[in-house]
Amino acid sequence: MAMLEVHDVHAYYGNIHALKGISITVEEGEIVTLIGANGAGKSTTLKTISGLLKPRQGHVHLNGEDLAPFSAHEVVYKGVSMVPEGRGVFSRLTVSENLDMGAFHRSDRGGISADMERVFDLFPRLEERRTQVAGTLSGGEQQMLATARALMARPSLLLMDEPSMGLAPVLVESVFDTIVDINKEGTTVLLVEQNAHMALQIASRGYVLQTGEIVLKDSAEGLRENPTVQKAYLGID
Amino acid sequence: MELIPTPLNAESEMRAKLQDTDIIGIILWIFRAVILVLVVWGTIAALLDNPYSTRQWLDFIVFGIAQGSMYALIAIGYTLVYGVLFMINFAHGEFFMSGVMTATVFLAGPMAASGFLNRNPILSLLIITLVSMAVSVLVAVVTERIAYKPLRKAPRLVPLITAIGASFFWQYFFRGLFGSEVKPFPQLEILTGTIPFLGTDILKTHVVVIIVTIIMLVGLNFFIMRTKIGKAIRAVAEDKDVAALMGIDVDRTVTITFATGAAMAGVAGVLFALVFRQVHFFMGFIPGIKAFTAAVLGGIGSVPGAAIGGFFLGMFESVGPALFLEGLGIPAPHQLKDVIAFTMLVFVLIFRPQGILGERLSEEKA
Repeated sequence: MAMLEVHDVHAYYGNIHALKGISITVEEGEIVTLIGANGAGKSTTLKTISGLLKPRQGHVHLNGEDLAPFSAHEVVYKGVSMVPEGRGVFSRLTVSENLDMGAFHRSDRGGISADMERVFDLFPRLEERRTQVAGTLSGGEQQMLATARALMARPSLLLMDEPSMGLAPVLVESVFDTIVDINKEGTTVLLVEQNAHMALQIASRGYVLQTGEIVLKDSAEGLRENPTVQKAYLGID
Repeated sequence: MELIPTPLNAESEMRAKLQDTDIIGIILWIFRAVILVLVVWGTIAALLDNPYSTRQWLDFIVFGIAQGSMYALIAIGYTLVYGVLFMINFAHGEFFMSGVMTATVFLAGPMAASGFLNRNPILSLLIITLVSMAVSVLVAVVTERIAYKPLRKAPRLVPLITAIGASFFWQYFFRGLFGSEVKPFPQLEILTGTIPFLGTDILKTHVVVIIVTIIMLVGLNFFIMRTKIGKAIRAVAEDKDVAALMGIDVDRTVTITFATGAAMAGVAGVLFALVFRQVHFFMGFIPGIKAFTAAVLGGIGSVPGAAIGGFFLGMFESVGPALFLEGLGIPAPHQLKDVIAFTMLVFVLIFRPQGILGERLSEEKA
């Protein structure tokens, strides 16, 4: 049984038909990527999984359980954590308060402080700035914070929405290295990216979205070598 | 989606806009200058021909701080709710009224009649305050759940109108429950009289008001800044979707926000009754509007702003008439304290809509 099964999901923003029958599966331990242009429905797909947007048709199953009756904050209890698009750190809260919010639904104080140590090991920069207000961090630091905050929920499935957006190339490398590290520690990752080049290097499989539909699915290697993908998303003629 | 205007439209629109801002700008500058001249002139005249003794000025200041304390406590509710929902909860004055009305009718009155009140004054006041807070919180939670929650995604004008409706509902609900007459709040023997302070005498009730307010504000600050729920309130105020992605129950947090503001209002109600020694179903209206003024003055959405705005407003109302109206030769200036308060509201809205401590809030969230 797949860890995450998105089956024939249709979702709307008002009258706009944003997702037209999306089906995705993610197995435990994988890194799976969704690539596609702006407005293809990548972020919308993550929103329907996290419960921020309810599909009008189709279903989302996590470990065999239908997520339809659960609202967004309850989906977190099921082990799904999301790094939202544009990072979404709480700019008026300090770094450590942001991390506390990541662990909001947990009450195991020992576990929380152990995880706090763990994310500080992963991102030493955040430890230096723990009492600083998040709005004063640089873009790269905010991305670290958003990722660290999602990890504080100790998720089994991590949804990442464009973690490379707006970052300098050096930082993009380190963000992707971190994703690989997180995955090696046992967290399954569903990664939405415009930077298809990087995403297909760390993912095992990928889906290509176009105007709310999945037009291609293959192993990451297969997608890298696919002429259409090369032309449209990898900038190779 | 923004519509792109045709060049012709854009040009004429721009011209109209320029003309508008010019005329409005000039009028505003004249306004500002006139008020400034009046205030300065009045102040100088008052100081040259000082009709009051130092002691009287001190009394004005102490009364201002006490009055401002109550405004500050009520203003917290406006600012907290605005912070999370960007909504002005005009029913907040009724949360203030409901608690103390109920506590007066069911507790303070009977306690005074039986003599319990003056035998155990501190215990009695504690019980009265807790009951007042509880009723205010209950009324707030019921209002939020029934009247506001279904409108969470409606245009912003809709909950505003609903709030005014809720305000009338609670006024007449409590009028129906307890009658329309003014009810006396019993006098506590230990709080009668004054204590000497800096060459003047302060009413004991004023001392209680100021001390209780400081305790409540310190407690509130701890709650908002240090506790998990306080942090969640701040997180929800910043971004509801992201807060939900953290596992924060946004609806529950909004309810807690209303309850927190109402608890403060419940305490303010008891302090109000201690000072003015009467309660009435309509008593929430003026303090509610004044506290809203205080919240706007301090910077709505900011908790320290609400407190500062409250103290400022109380001070202006109490010192202002003597300082700048008396000197202008206006008879009975203290009758005009409400005029000062509401003139100030209008001026803050025109000249500094973000208030004293207002941050980028007005741009980001308006």
